[in-house]
Amino acid sequence: MSAAVAARGLGKRYRRRVALDDCNLSIPEGHVVGLVGPNGAGKTTLLHLAVGLLAPTSGSIEVLGRPPAADAAQLGRVGFVAQETPVYARMTVEDHLRVGAWTNPGWDRALARRRIDELDLDPRQAAGALSGGQRAQLALTLAVAKRPELLLLDEPVASLDPLARRDFLKSLMAFVADGGTSVVLSSHLVGDLERVCDYLVVLVASHVVLAGETEALLASHRRLTGSRRERASLPSAFEVVEESHTDRQSTFVVRTHGPVLDPGLASEELGLEDLVLAYMGRATSTARRRRPDLTVAS
Amino acid sequence: MIEFHLDPRSGVAPYLQLVHQVRQALRLGILRPGDQLPTVKEVVASVAINPNTVLKAYRELEHDGLVAARPGVGTFVSGTLAAVPVASHGPLRRDLERWLAKARRAGLDEESIEALFRSTFRSAAHEDIA
Repeated sequence: MSAAVAARGLGKRYRRRVALDDCNLSIPEGHVVGLVGPNGAGKTTLLHLAVGLLAPTSGSIEVLGRPPAADAAQLGRVGFVAQETPVYARMTVEDHLRVGAWTNPGWDRALARRRIDELDLDPRQAAGALSGGQRAQLALTLAVAKRPELLLLDEPVASLDPLARRDFLKSLMAFVADGGTSVVLSSHLVGDLERVCDYLVVLVASHVVLAGETEALLASHRRLTGSRRERASLPSAFEVVEESHTDRQSTFVVRTHGPVLDPGLASEELGLEDLVLAYMGRATSTARRRRPDLTVAS
Repeated sequence: MIEFHLDPRSGVAPYLQLVHQVRQALRLGILRPGDQLPTVKEVVASVAINPNTVLKAYRELEHDGLVAARPGVGTFVSGTLAAVPVASHGPLRRDLERWLAKARRAGLDEESIEALFRSTFRSAAHEDIA
């Protein structure tokens, strides 16, 4: 089975700015992947490279085993919902569906129609008059009705209120349950994705800092708390992701597969959000260390 | 038919929350043998979770002999969970009261007793799963 998205040494540089640097990824098919990172980390760039809207400046990327946008057939296999879920304001809902049918050979007319009915959208309404949630649902309808094997969504819920956000994710998951589509959706908030993702890619400052199946990631990380100690005193099987100290206490987030045997260390499981924040914190402090002109008070 | 709900703050894995809710419904007699569980699509469309989470929960219930999947039809309740008879509550409660008295004599206040119970309960539940 080919990977949904595979990147080797992938990089993208705009004139002066590095947007993505040396990304290596191999995301298996059949997952709902959360692409998480702070604003400006390179999420949109990575998605645009995967859709073929951008070309890499170094390395390579393949989606579903082939270069992005290689030909019409490849375009039909990948659905994309861009940030802010753009629609044509002056065109009606019906017009959108018609354009979708014209431009996509694999268009599923019945699915599109059913979704518009379920969403209770008036086909004659101009898309510009739809609410944010309805607009997002229309954009999702256009993307899923082409029956893609891979669906990429850039911050699809960021601008939605909580109810519309939940409704959107329900629709998306119902589509995934229907059959075998791989999904990659980006967000700067882990909380948005926690329930729906079974695979996580964390992007910070142009680098992939963590990638893997959510459950395996959660199972292999622990938060350790104990009396103040140095990182060197921990067993070598523990890879320290994050540490913080007060005058008396030390707290570590570690990656390990072994048990925690030291009775002086309390070991806790981490939630997905804490796990991601630990990696983000580490990546930003490393970035700071790379800049010698900036001294960090410790 | 039952309806699932998820508590994101509980710290319990979502698939386990689904498993617990089915077991609870069986124990309370809300679900009986022959009843159909919601389809995967129905569950994800009502609680917005990953379909694989639902599949995993159903597989676990199947493994425990509580439900059976009929391909192309759905998942049906095939087992029962005997409710614990209320008569056995009495002796358990007396044990617990004795233990509580002991904990207070040892100097634990209400909060530390609760914390101790919760952490023991959690780690015991964890061993059950492993």
